[in-house]
Amino acid sequence: MKHLTELPILNPGLSRRRFVQGLAAGGVLLALSPLARATGLLSAAGTKTGTANILSGTQFDLEIGESAVNFTGNPRIATTINGSLPAPTLRWREGDTITIRVTNRLKETTSIHWHGIILPFEMDGVPGISFRGIQPGETFTYQFKVQQSGTYWYHSHSGMQEATGVYGAIIIDPAQDDPIRADRDYVVQLSDWTDEDPMRVLAKLKMQGDYYNYNQPTAVDFFQDASRIGLKAAIDKRKMWNEMRMSPTDLADLSADVLTYLMNGTTPAGNWTGLFRPGERIRLRFINGAANTFYDVRIPGLELTVVQADGVNVEPVAVDEFRFGPGETYDVLVQPKDDAHTIFAQAMDRTGYARGTLATHAGLEAPVPAIDPVEWLSMGDMMGAMGSGMAGMSHGAGMDHGAMAGMRHGDMSGMDHGSMQGMNHAGMDHGAMAAAGASTEVRHARTEYGASIDMRVDMPRTNLDDPGIGLRNNGRRVLTLADLRTVGGPMDPRGAEREIELHLTGNMERYTWSFDGVEYGKSTPVRFHYGERVRVILHNDTMMTHPMHLHGMWSELETPDGQFLARRHTIPVQPAQRISFLVTADALGRWAWHCHLMLHMDAGMFREVVVA
Amino acid sequence: MPVFAYGQTQHAGHADHMPVAPESSVPAEAAGMNHETMNMSDMDHSSMDMTGMDHGSMSDMDHGSGEMDHGDMQMQGGSAPADARDPDAYSDGYVRNAGQYALPPADALIMSDMHNFGSVYFDRLEYVKARGEEWAAYEGEAWYGSTYNRAVIKAEGDVAGGKLQESETQLLWRHAVSTFWDTELGFRFDHADGAPNREWLAFGFKGLAPYWFEVDATAYVGPSGRTALALEAEYDIRLTQKLYLQPRMEVNFHGKDDERWGIGSGLTDGTAGLRVKYEITRQLVPYVGVEWASKFSKTADYARAAGESRQETRFVTGLSFRF
Repeated sequence: MKHLTELPILNPGLSRRRFVQGLAAGGVLLALSPLARATGLLSAAGTKTGTANILSGTQFDLEIGESAVNFTGNPRIATTINGSLPAPTLRWREGDTITIRVTNRLKETTSIHWHGIILPFEMDGVPGISFRGIQPGETFTYQFKVQQSGTYWYHSHSGMQEATGVYGAIIIDPAQDDPIRADRDYVVQLSDWTDEDPMRVLAKLKMQGDYYNYNQPTAVDFFQDASRIGLKAAIDKRKMWNEMRMSPTDLADLSADVLTYLMNGTTPAGNWTGLFRPGERIRLRFINGAANTFYDVRIPGLELTVVQADGVNVEPVAVDEFRFGPGETYDVLVQPKDDAHTIFAQAMDRTGYARGTLATHAGLEAPVPAIDPVEWLSMGDMMGAMGSGMAGMSHGAGMDHGAMAGMRHGDMSGMDHGSMQGMNHAGMDHGAMAAAGASTEVRHARTEYGASIDMRVDMPRTNLDDPGIGLRNNGRRVLTLADLRTVGGPMDPRGAEREIELHLTGNMERYTWSFDGVEYGKSTPVRFHYGERVRVILHNDTMMTHPMHLHGMWSELETPDGQFLARRHTIPVQPAQRISFLVTADALGRWAWHCHLMLHMDAGMFREVVVA
Repeated sequence: MPVFAYGQTQHAGHADHMPVAPESSVPAEAAGMNHETMNMSDMDHSSMDMTGMDHGSMSDMDHGSGEMDHGDMQMQGGSAPADARDPDAYSDGYVRNAGQYALPPADALIMSDMHNFGSVYFDRLEYVKARGEEWAAYEGEAWYGSTYNRAVIKAEGDVAGGKLQESETQLLWRHAVSTFWDTELGFRFDHADGAPNREWLAFGFKGLAPYWFEVDATAYVGPSGRTALALEAEYDIRLTQKLYLQPRMEVNFHGKDDERWGIGSGLTDGTAGLRVKYEITRQLVPYVGVEWASKFSKTADYARAAGESRQETRFVTGLSFRF
């Protein structure tokens, strides 16, 4: 992205409301902007925003270039595919071999990664790992056989291009009839836009980790608390946060202060609208294509029946709301009752929202709910299971003791974890291990005791039925990971042959993110043995939720006691949570594995995986 | 220049909060566990080893009373136990950009953790008024480098009558040693109108103490056996999301008299200030404030002999900015 008018330190004047709400017309207004003319912006074509065109068949030509957008009143240059933001929706058919020619019209290297698609590693599109990247002026031909169906997406894996517009939806029709029946089918792709150069945003976080957090505890809050709950309780509530030098409102690194939230490339004011006829059943394919935003999605007044997660069908589950992070997708069925319903997707940090409407006629609107209040992270978010008995914490909010009691820890107590560290896994009864679930012994890496991390969790929470901060006890039925059941069970009946435990780590003050306290540049790859069934434990030693995306292979999420739940390509791991999933390492080559919050990924929460 | 003979620029610091060994400032208790209110009375976590824990009884645990022994549980800092996990254990000897399926190093993926960043930060750029006299003061730093190793220039000085009266400039290597603490190693160069230049070797700590105190403590060694210690602490009391109070203290010690600079050995001088700052943006922060400055013992005697005051109240109006 290029700066056209940036004088950031002297630029407080933009109407706050317009910034958060965005302009109604996206790229179109640009043509009217005298500033755009003055800066020569019109030489770059305007970007098509809103519902993306659908390209279908087996042959595709995509061109990545620059085009002008205006989401906030400030004209900017986006990086786009075929001049469209989001990029065209690609419609494939399971079983087809498809060819996609991607031409780079940028001045820098580019790439396309097919998110969640099973393919040879050379086609995966991560520069430096799967291929060289697509150089300026070059055309790269991707070709692979489509072996799956469902809702997916694609995006650039180069630099910050994913944040500046290079993302689009993929719909793969099943080879047989689709068991999910709907009268209408819409892609609802959520994303976020920043007028700033994303590298500059990262640089600002490097100089101040809470640069974009304007929901910080204040002295005013303190005195209000003191008069409400007493001075001692007000002090206690802050004690641990202050001693640990961590913020209870560190819910997202970026906020509406720097982001504009988009639904199908449309600002809240622009109100993306999907039309329907009364009585119809609508399939909404929600894709979180944001660079940095977790969204909490609901359609007030309508039940959402979740039928697919990450492209894989799940047993239908009816909810009022779901949270999803960058990289994840959920397909839901809805049956509108009124002429207009608001699709409301508030950002997890509660500073803004993306919004659209399902309506019987263009121009109809339904009420837009208020944003929920900002909630402080709980002790459970900071300390895991350990935090559950702490003063000041709502028991309902953290760990589910009932679930914990049912976790079959009794079975584990007979196991000698001490000797497990040194044992020869090959000689172990794998079946028994799978049934027992992931090991609960926390093993921090040697590299988790230095400057790269700001906390370690010794007693993580392992329950998966927590919707997460800001969604607990909100009176709505919120989807959790524990609700997901992939239709047909696991892809591989084998239990785990061995375990890999990795910790998600970071230091908010220094703004660095990593696995095991080791950023990508200092890391060695994680090796999976070709053909093995391996259990991966991700243990979150931070207070943020990380959507973890393993390329090339499925992540089969399980309960703490080893029961299969769902096949995912991106799994959100909550603060102080420890989750596990099984991987069948059936894809030779080198793959990327990372947090899909783009700035976390870029700051080092990224590993290479070698399957050999 | 109306100010002290040796200037305000010596005091790079202060803090009684400075821990001797920074990391030990976060003992298990301080790291945040409120033991009084922990209620898992059935559990013994003395080593946080789950092995011996009776999970069955966890469902029955008493939430109403009792205390829990957390032993050496520590959420921050500390050093790795001998049996800590090897972060490279899963690599089987594989490395990036070499071996099977790898792209050559020339095509390596470079992420931002391998980039250098930089920033310029002026904490104080202010107009000072005291005893009917006025001058301008600046204090700031610029850094460039990686997350853990940075080259730093720190500059501080006074300007009066359009002329640089005194300045203290440091060139440092800043190295991250723990979660919130950096070490700084380098040189300091002092200049003052009418006094000989002074050079120092500098070694110090800079970081964030519990309760968000920003602390800077540096020891200096110069030729002819000169030594100095500068301590500084700053704290932000956020009133609203944009408005905050910033108390700030500095205190300086010197090991030896330096008459040409008006410095006596021992506790030399100190300042305590309070600024009200308003963030127009994170990068542009105007403020007003008041500061009390005092000289002590022999340094105060030198000031008196030179006809200068030992104590003064200053009113400051200034700007903090960063980019």
